[in-house]
Amino acid sequence: MKVVVLVKQVPDTETNIKLGDKSINEAGIKWIISPYDEFAIEEGIKLREKNGGEVIAVSVGPDRVQDVLRTSYAMGVDKAVHIKVDDYNTFDSLFTSQLIANFAKAEAADIILAGRQAIDTDSSQVPVQIAEELGAGHVVLAIKIEINGTSAKITREVEGGTATVETSLPVVVTATKGLNEPRYPSLKGIMSAKKKPIDVKQAADLGAPASRIEVVGLEPPPPRIAGRKLEAADAAGFASQLVKALREEAKVI
Amino acid sequence: MSNVFVVGEIKDGELKKISRELTSAARKIADTLGGQVEVLLIGAGAEKFAGDLGAVGADKVLTADAGDFNAEAYANIISENVKAKKPSVVLMPHTGYGKDYSPRVAVKIGAGIVADVVGLSVDGGKVIGKKPIYSGKAYANIKVTTDIQAFTVRPNSQELGSKAGAGAVEAAAAGAGDVKVKVTGTELSGGSKIQLTEASIIVSGGRGMKGPENFPMLQSLADLLGAALGASRAAVDSGWISHSHQVGQTGKTVSPNCYIACGISGSIQHMAGMGSSKYIVAVNKDPEAPIFKVATYGVVADLFEVVPALTAEFKKVLG
Ligand SMILES: Cc1cc2nc3c(=O)[nH]c(=O)nc-3n(C[C@H](O)[C@H](O)[C@H](O)COP(=O)(O)OP(=O)(O)OC[C@H]3O[C@@H](n4cnc5c(N)ncnc54)[C@H](O)[C@@H]3O)c2cc1C
Repeated sequence: MKVVVLVKQVPDTETNIKLGDKSINEAGIKWIISPYDEFAIEEGIKLREKNGGEVIAVSVGPDRVQDVLRTSYAMGVDKAVHIKVDDYNTFDSLFTSQLIANFAKAEAADIILAGRQAIDTDSSQVPVQIAEELGAGHVVLAIKIEINGTSAKITREVEGGTATVETSLPVVVTATKGLNEPRYPSLKGIMSAKKKPIDVKQAADLGAPASRIEVVGLEPPPPRIAGRKLEAADAAGFASQLVKALREEAKVI
Repeated sequence: MSNVFVVGEIKDGELKKISRELTSAARKIADTLGGQVEVLLIGAGAEKFAGDLGAVGADKVLTADAGDFNAEAYANIISENVKAKKPSVVLMPHTGYGKDYSPRVAVKIGAGIVADVVGLSVDGGKVIGKKPIYSGKAYANIKVTTDIQAFTVRPNSQELGSKAGAGAVEAAAAGAGDVKVKVTGTELSGGSKIQLTEASIIVSGGRGMKGPENFPMLQSLADLLGAALGASRAAVDSGWISHSHQVGQTGKTVSPNCYIACGISGSIQHMAGMGSSKYIVAVNKDPEAPIFKVATYGVVADLFEVVPALTAEFKKVLG
């Protein structure tokens, strides 16, 4: 079975973000694997342990994304592919999805795994777009995946509960919390990951499409309305003040 | 003509509020660009909501039925109708359903897409979508360069409009096509019917709640206010409440009118999920808790005293 896992490199949530004109200022940024993608990597390895085959991690972006591919090696993937795009626009989901779809098609992947969203853009677009481009089925928010030959049985989160779905392979699946517990890379894994080759592909060779969006600019978040601490002698006092503020000032309740 | 095409949402036989929000936003865009607002509603009995959508600006309500929700079937129906109507802008909801079908629609109609926008404006005949990025630490303004411009819009981010449209009903093309993924069973966990991501009020509890036995106290306040119940990851990881309630970076992103945080410190990962709430109330013993930096109203006190008092007070005024 051939598993392709999407790995996106994103700024750590705790990192201070400085805005450039149309993208962030990368100096001083600490980069990590987008946390949901770790569930996808772990699941890829688990599926291989159970069904045999190969797990390929793929990341689109400039050279720095090789760091997350090294981490993927350290967690246990078999192969890492870097689709090189120097001026990568992290918001252009169709660009990313077409590159990866073209790659996955060439690899004849049976299952493509990704995190349910990347925590830099929160767009939730790329994996399902890949499914559409491949003419494959997709299942989002998976919490359990079973492969039986050429079909898959997947349990996913739905609003208010879970649903079980069945589909044939190939399929694109997005991972959410609850699917597994991602393993920590072992020291041995980290050491050997350093020596493993990363297959670099040029975006142009994968038929990179023209961009379909244009970033007009970035801006800081709107300032929050100045908050105020309520003063009261006791709980009842706080309660009456708060109810008054919410009903008469904010008019939200 | 620059028509705006909206995909509305019906769930459990009810018109979701996001449908009216998107229609209102579409009306403003269509008025600026000079065009009509057409809303597609998929689901049984969709016609009966035409009046609701007409009242906030829909000129036409296209109705189709496709049985139970299926992302591939919905994507087929939506793109078929977009292709027939040739709008210049398509707005879809950034809800659980919307996230499931909108990526396929973008590919099928060959449109660039900007997802999870909270603001829409028009500049030089093009729509600009504004979206929070990097856990709400910045906003990006993005436009789409294809003929059709597609956006998904976060629930609760758009004001309801007051300009009426004609609200005429038209039966839409409803070819569900072949679907590869079939649902074989569902298991609902019961609980509140109010969905976190769409709730206009959320009452949320964190590690300060001390244990699972104290969540019913928050639930009664939530029930009284018609609010959804949320939680921090600390409460979820301690096993006090299920993950479906988690708000934050690895939980749900919410944008309610009012977010009441009880015993939540306000970590950056939590704020990534609720930072765009219109009003934030924080109840916390610790005056230094970071949540007070974003709270509209801060209550420095013990939640075990304040929450019951608050419930009692609301009971009084809400009757
Ligand atoms: C990759 C990653 C993803 C994460 N994703 C999320 C996420 O999605 N959502 C999320 O919430 N967190 C997330 N976190 C965790 C986050 O960093 C915090 O640990 C978590 O939000 C803390 O939850 P809390 O505020 O409930 O607990 P704490 O930080 O422990 O705060 C508890 C608060 O309760 C107050 N308190 C205690 N007793 C009382 C009382 N009797 N009355 C009033 N106040 C009281 C305390 O003063 C304190 O401020 C993530 C972390 C990582 C690393």
